[in-house]
Amino acid sequence: MKYQVDERGYYGNFGGAFIPEMLYHNVEELRYNYLKIIEDPDFKKEFNQLLKDYVGRPSPLYKAPRLSDRYQTNVYLKREDLNHTGAHKVNNTLGQILVAKRLGKNKIIAETGAGQHGVATATVCALMGMECIVYMGAIDIERQKPNVERMKLLGAKVVPAMSGSQTLKDATNEAMRHWIGNPTDTHYIIGSVVGPHPYPDMVARFQAVISKEMRFQLQEQTGSELPDHIIACVGGGSNAMGAFYHYLDEESVNLIGAEAAGLGIHSGESAATTVLGKSGVLHGSKTMLMQTPDGQVIEPYSISAGLDYPGIGPVHAHLCETKRATFYPITDEEAMKAGMLLCKLEGIIPAIESAHALAVLDKIKFKASDVVVINLSGRGDKDLATYIKYNKKNLQ
Amino acid sequence: MNKLDNRITRLFNKKDQRILSIFCTAGFPGLNDLKTVLESLEKNGVDMVEIGIPFSDPVADGETIQESNKVALDNGMTLELLFEQLADIRKTVSIPLLLMGYLNPVMQYGVERFCKKAASVGIDGFIIPDLPIVEYAESYKSIMDVHQLSNILLVSPQTSEERIRFIDEQTDGFIYMVSSNSITGKSSGVSDQQVAYFERMKALSLGNPGIIGFGISDRTTFDTACASASGAIIGSAFIRAIKNSENLEQDIQQFIETIIPKN
Repeated sequence: MKYQVDERGYYGNFGGAFIPEMLYHNVEELRYNYLKIIEDPDFKKEFNQLLKDYVGRPSPLYKAPRLSDRYQTNVYLKREDLNHTGAHKVNNTLGQILVAKRLGKNKIIAETGAGQHGVATATVCALMGMECIVYMGAIDIERQKPNVERMKLLGAKVVPAMSGSQTLKDATNEAMRHWIGNPTDTHYIIGSVVGPHPYPDMVARFQAVISKEMRFQLQEQTGSELPDHIIACVGGGSNAMGAFYHYLDEESVNLIGAEAAGLGIHSGESAATTVLGKSGVLHGSKTMLMQTPDGQVIEPYSISAGLDYPGIGPVHAHLCETKRATFYPITDEEAMKAGMLLCKLEGIIPAIESAHALAVLDKIKFKASDVVVINLSGRGDKDLATYIKYNKKNLQ
Repeated sequence: MNKLDNRITRLFNKKDQRILSIFCTAGFPGLNDLKTVLESLEKNGVDMVEIGIPFSDPVADGETIQESNKVALDNGMTLELLFEQLADIRKTVSIPLLLMGYLNPVMQYGVERFCKKAASVGIDGFIIPDLPIVEYAESYKSIMDVHQLSNILLVSPQTSEERIRFIDEQTDGFIYMVSSNSITGKSSGVSDQQVAYFERMKALSLGNPGIIGFGISDRTTFDTACASASGAIIGSAFIRAIKNSENLEQDIQQFIETIIPKN
C-alpha cells in the first residue's frame, strides 16, 4: 500500500487538492462518491462489459520476435494500440463517463494534447448521448488535424485554447475555467493521472486494467505473473500508471518511465520533468514541475503532443522520489528511430508517445533471460505526417 | 473580536459599508507603474487594494486578468522585484494592501520568507485562491499569524452553510464572496439568483464582513453589491480602464469617479 494514495489525497510528498473554492464543491462531490461508485457491482458489470465488447479488451500481450532478437532479450508488447480509438485513453474515459452518469451529470468537458484523450472522450459521449466540449491548444489543433476532425465527426465541440503556449497545459487551464463557470451539470474528464485528488487515483484505477491483464497473460505465456521490467512513456503518466499499478508492491519488477527530452535535456526545448522539474503546484496538485526560479511554469516541448506537459502525475513524482521507478529522458530523434524500427521489424506503427518507451531498449542492456514488457500505449496513424516528414528529412 | 491587528481589521472596525476595493496586477501596464497606481487609488478614495502577483497559469481568472498577467511577466515582473517596488510604499500609502496570487510562486519564494518580507514592506494580508484551507491550517496559519497577516478566504454560491461557518472561523479580515460561480471578468450585471445568494450570506450573521468580488464592474453593480454586503472588489474593469493608459493618474481618477462620484 505504500505507493497508493493516502486519505489526504497524497502520494508521499505529492498530490493533494490545490483548487480554488469555486471548484471545491465539484471535486468534493467526486471525492466523496468515486470509490462507492466504482466499487458498486452494477458499475463494475457495466464497465467490464463495455471494456470487452466496445473497447475490445483484453488487449493482446504480444511477444515481438524480431525486436527480441535484435535486442537479445524477451520483449513483450502490451497492445493498447489495438483498443477502440487507438490508445489506452478510452479505458479511463469510459470509466469516468459511467461515474458522471451516476453523479447525474449530462455535460462533459475534457482537455486534450495529441487529441487521443479528446477522441476517446468524444467517443464515450456519443455512446452515452452526452454533450461534449473538448479544449485543445491552438497549436495542437494545427499539428493534430485528423484527431480534430474525428472529434467533430463524433459530435464534440472542439474549442481552441489561445492562451500561453497554446498546448496541453493551456487546454487544461481552459477546461478548469469552464468547470468553474459550470459547476452543477458538468463533469470534467481529466485524461491523465494529474489534477486534484481524487483524479490521479480514479484515473489510475481505470487504467489498472492494463496491468491486471498483463499478470494473467504473462502467467500464461511465461509461467510467471512477474516480468523483470515494465517500460512505459510518461507525459502525465496514465498509461504508465496503468501498466505499473498491479506491480507497485512487487519490488522485483523494475518500473521504467520514458520521458520526452525533446531536442535534448539542456536544449531549452524539452519536457523531461523528473530531470528539469522541482516540487510545485499546477492544475490542482503538488508535483514535479518544470518552472523558473520565480515559480512560473515553463513551456515544455516534445515532438509528441501527448508528452508535451510541464509536470507529471503526483504518483510518478512519488515513484521517482522513492526510486521505486526509474525515468529515462528520450529525445525526439531517439523516439523517431525507435518508432521506425518497430514499423520495419514488427509491422506495427506506434504512436510517437509510445515510441519513447521503445527507445529505452537502446538505453539499457537487458539480459537474455529478461522478460521486458513495453506498454504500446497507442497507434501511430495520427502521427503519419510527422513520420513522413522525418523520413523525407533523413533521405535528403 | 479580531484576533489580528492590521490595516484590514482596523478598516472594517471603522467602516462597515460601501468599502471599495480595487484589484491591480503588479507590473501592469508598465513594469514600474505599481507605486503610481497605489497612490492614485488612495488619493481617489479607494479603501483597499489587492495587488496581483502575476502567474503563468492563472486558472481562476478570465481573459482580461490573464492578459494582464502575461503583459506583466513579459515586462519582467517577479516577486523579488515586487517587494523592491513596495519597499517604501508605506511612506506614501496608508490604506490596507493585500497580495493576491497563486500558490506556486509563493511556494518557490518560501512561505516563511514570503510572509516576513510582505510584513516588512507593510502588506496586511493575502488572497491565494489555490491554497486549500487544510494546507493553510497545517503549514501557513501560524507563520501568517506571527506577522499579523490576514489570509482572506473565498466562498461561492455552492459553498455549504457549514463550510461557510468553518471558513468564517479560519479567516480574519473579511470573506471574499465570489458573486457568480464564475471566473473573473466574465459576467456583467447582477442576477436575481446572485442577490439571493448575497442575502443568504447576510442572514448568516458571520463574524467577518463579506466583500463581493467577481462581476462588479461599474456603479450599478457596485451599488447592488453594497446593498447586501460590506463592499465590493473591482478587478477586470479596472484592468481594462488602465490597459492602454497614457496618463495613469488621470485615467484612474476618471474610473474611480464613475464608481463613487464626488458630490
